[in-house]
Amino acid sequence: MYVAVKGGERAIDNAHAWLAEERRGDVAVPEMSVAQIREQLALAVNRVMAEGSLYDPDLAALAIKQARGDLIEAIFLIRAYRTTLPRFGASRPLDTASMACDRRVSATFKDAPGGQVLGPTFDYTHRLLDFKLMADGDTPNAPQGAARHEATPHITQFLNAEGLIQQEPASDATPRDLTRQPMQLPADRALRLQALARADEGFLLSLAYSTQRGFGRTHAFVGELRIGAVTVEMDIPELGFAIDLGEVTLTECETVNQFTGSKTEPPQFTRGYGLVLGQTERKAISMSLVDRALRWAELGEDNIGAPAQDEEFVLMHCDNIQATGFLEHIKLPHYVDFQSELELIRKLRAAVTAGQEAAE
Amino acid sequence: MNDQHYNFAYLDEQTKRMIRRAILKGLAIPGYQVPFASREMPMPYGWGTGGVQVTAACLTPDDRLKVIDQGADDTTNAVSIRKFFQRTAGVAVTTATPEASVIQTRHRIPEVALTEGQILVYQVPIPEPLRFLEPRETETRRMHALEDYGLMHVKLYEDIARHGAIATSYAYPVKVEGRYVMDPSPIPKFDNPKLAGCAAIQLFGAGREQRIYALPPYTKAVSLDFDDFPFEPTKAAGACAICGSDTSYLDEVIVDDAGGRMFVCSDTDYCASRAEGQP
Repeated sequence: MYVAVKGGERAIDNAHAWLAEERRGDVAVPEMSVAQIREQLALAVNRVMAEGSLYDPDLAALAIKQARGDLIEAIFLIRAYRTTLPRFGASRPLDTASMACDRRVSATFKDAPGGQVLGPTFDYTHRLLDFKLMADGDTPNAPQGAARHEATPHITQFLNAEGLIQQEPASDATPRDLTRQPMQLPADRALRLQALARADEGFLLSLAYSTQRGFGRTHAFVGELRIGAVTVEMDIPELGFAIDLGEVTLTECETVNQFTGSKTEPPQFTRGYGLVLGQTERKAISMSLVDRALRWAELGEDNIGAPAQDEEFVLMHCDNIQATGFLEHIKLPHYVDFQSELELIRKLRAAVTAGQEAAE
Repeated sequence: MNDQHYNFAYLDEQTKRMIRRAILKGLAIPGYQVPFASREMPMPYGWGTGGVQVTAACLTPDDRLKVIDQGADDTTNAVSIRKFFQRTAGVAVTTATPEASVIQTRHRIPEVALTEGQILVYQVPIPEPLRFLEPRETETRRMHALEDYGLMHVKLYEDIARHGAIATSYAYPVKVEGRYVMDPSPIPKFDNPKLAGCAAIQLFGAGREQRIYALPPYTKAVSLDFDDFPFEPTKAAGACAICGSDTSYLDEVIVDDAGGRMFVCSDTDYCASRAEGQP
């Protein structure tokens, strides 16, 4: 009798032991190393770094291993680790114009300085299962080209030169930091972009898609998508100059959006911006579409009530760690609340039944 | 055991300081929701991260911690949170309500009256009492600022008009010191009278929603009602099958396939201490 609330501690320990066993799987199959995950599941690693907001491929690979491939669980592990790290400073703003591009494409110009570079993309693969991979096939070496050493200019700057694209206001103000201050609305664009950069890829993808289908349409073209390594520099006050801390791989997307003008703005192209850690192209494009949709107010556009235009809706629901935690908490015991609901329903039903009997 | 890889009670001192400031502000403005920069914790949002951060900011090495969920010390999440603080803070723990200096709770207030010097920390899922009447935070903050609680009274009135009773059985809103309407977290309304005039400090932490609020000792907290439909704390009619109490809040347990039921105290410490005292 009364077993329902007893034995919680032992049950948890046993559940953890079973989980560890399931994680390892059949011991007759060799165990995967963290390095294998880092190298061979690199796009999963990238997603975990991007949404975990921590650039560390080894730790992201470890998190994926520990989470049995559940990427949101892996992102959670990284976030929980990240929050314990001391913050010893901020880097200089990254200069994506000096990115060593592995991939750089523009949908708006056939060619431009720096050229179109497809890079390692799935885009034109035929999605046919490659059964050779089941048999540990060796990969032939890809042909080598000469590396481009000069900086690759941003496509949108060519539109800038003609004054055809809206200029972003420059500011040296320190933006709000969403990991150190509570989210307070309305948010400015810098804060919105921070939230979107760590937002759930699936959520952003669907929101971006909804704008393409007419729920807050922004007529986006991919002005430029680039992926590559960028140097991280930090000013050291004791030295009086900046030093290189290392390189991070980023995906940057700038959309060019048709805009026929509004009450406050002349006809010109406008922009959406996406910047995400790692090679995370779908996310970066989605981010730039959602960013653009959220800018309706500053551009004097109409709010048609589309979900992607609603800052509070987007920012308060885009974090998958918050969302999954709250969603899954309904698994926790709710006996007490449920009991009070039982009493209420019984009381209301008794009143209704009594009323019916009185009427009969 | 104290895990040396982490600071005392897991959070770094700067973070604890930030949280303590929010707590002090909350105590200074009872019932007001103070935004704070909630951190990611190693347990999921919605599982007590707000309460855990508040507890972490309050704990000292000499504290004695009690953790309950649904009134019970041995429900799984209570066990998990208690273990977390044993591991990261190495503090003493107890299940005895009178012996605890800090009590973290989810969904209940202990049956035994709390005393001066104790801190009761609530885990809060949705801190905003107006949220299900108005989904926008920007709006509800304005409503609190203007003391615009008409919507809430209309909701309670409509309940009575439709159902003949106020259809809120837990997370029943209270007005604090005649100013802020506050969500007492999803405690059953049976517990609401214990919020008012409590000798202990009551702190409320909502991690995902980044809010902290508080009731200082001996604060007024009035459950919203109407003169002709006064607030009624309710519980299951019956007595505990273990200790026989007919004044404590009871959980219903289904005991056989035929749907047979029995009632037992939700507060396991209260129940066990009564059962022990009996011959």
